[in-house]
Amino acid sequence: MSQTALPPELYTADNGVVGEAPMMPAVGDYVALLKPRVMSLVVFTGLAGLVLAPGNLHPVLALIALLCIAVGAGASGAINMWFDRDIDAGMTRTRERPIPAGRMAPGEALGFGITLAVGSVAIMGIGVNWVAAALLALTIGFYVFVYTMWLKRSTPQNIVIGGASGAFPPMIGWAAVTGDVTWMPVIMFSIIFLWTPPHFWALALYKADEYAKVGVPMLPVVAGPRATKRQMVFYSLLLVPVTILPWSLGYSGMLYGISASVLGLVFIVGAFRVMFASKDYSDAAAKALFAYSILYLFLLFAVLMADGMLMNGGL
Amino acid sequence: MADQNTPNKNLRARNLALMGVLAGMVVLFYVLTIVRMGGAGSN
Repeated sequence: MSQTALPPELYTADNGVVGEAPMMPAVGDYVALLKPRVMSLVVFTGLAGLVLAPGNLHPVLALIALLCIAVGAGASGAINMWFDRDIDAGMTRTRERPIPAGRMAPGEALGFGITLAVGSVAIMGIGVNWVAAALLALTIGFYVFVYTMWLKRSTPQNIVIGGASGAFPPMIGWAAVTGDVTWMPVIMFSIIFLWTPPHFWALALYKADEYAKVGVPMLPVVAGPRATKRQMVFYSLLLVPVTILPWSLGYSGMLYGISASVLGLVFIVGAFRVMFASKDYSDAAAKALFAYSILYLFLLFAVLMADGMLMNGGL
Repeated sequence: MADQNTPNKNLRARNLALMGVLAGMVVLFYVLTIVRMGGAGSN
């Protein structure tokens, strides 16, 4: 079957909306559907699971596992953009996404997402192992059905519970090597799980008006900035001791222990700065914490990997 | 004129990207088969 792009005036009711050419998304629109920035963090934490897991995985299989994690995360993003197209259109941060901007039909994004989701899980299962594939399927399902379709629009705790989907990648990486899940991947999961609320609420604090406009019950919208800032401090104080667990349980060395403590201290200070910032400075403090939280997770997992390699004599 | 060419350009780019993905899949399954037949894998 061939498809030829005709001049706009030739389109009729038979081949599209009268007077309008069908949408012809560019390759870049498909890339945008995959949420590349989120994907990079997911791939990085997945890599940490692969590197830290005991045992050896053939480098080709390790690459395939990473590719599947990346594509699975991208698939979740595409399906999320399909479902959230109504609220995306109402927010400046998201209104230029392919669907609300009118460059891609919603069904095309959904089909693209489902294809990638099924493909990534199948290739992970066939190529690596079915435990990792099952965890990848769980991650995609949790993000799409639990977070996007259920929690996001119904509770201010949406990103607390929904954050679990972003916390699975290191566990998937670990399972790709070992075929099982032990304490260390659970700790890595917990780190990302506890990091997500202060990270996301920092963004939600200075984007609260936009979330309110489209009716998403983010915590700053429902409970107000004061309660949100208190909870951000609470989760930051919970997060830092958990980041030190790999060191205190002997899974990593002094390098990681000291780095996690220093990085964590800066995170806590940032959370308190947000809490006590004057009204004029509140948004700036929240933006600073949001930016730092991304760097924090990258550095934390980078040091965790470097330390693990040092302990195993890999460096 | 430039507007009329844009859909064609996008279509061509999409077709090329799809061809790249399909070729990548062929290579992926080939390499995967070789590696698995060589006895590599987890567990």
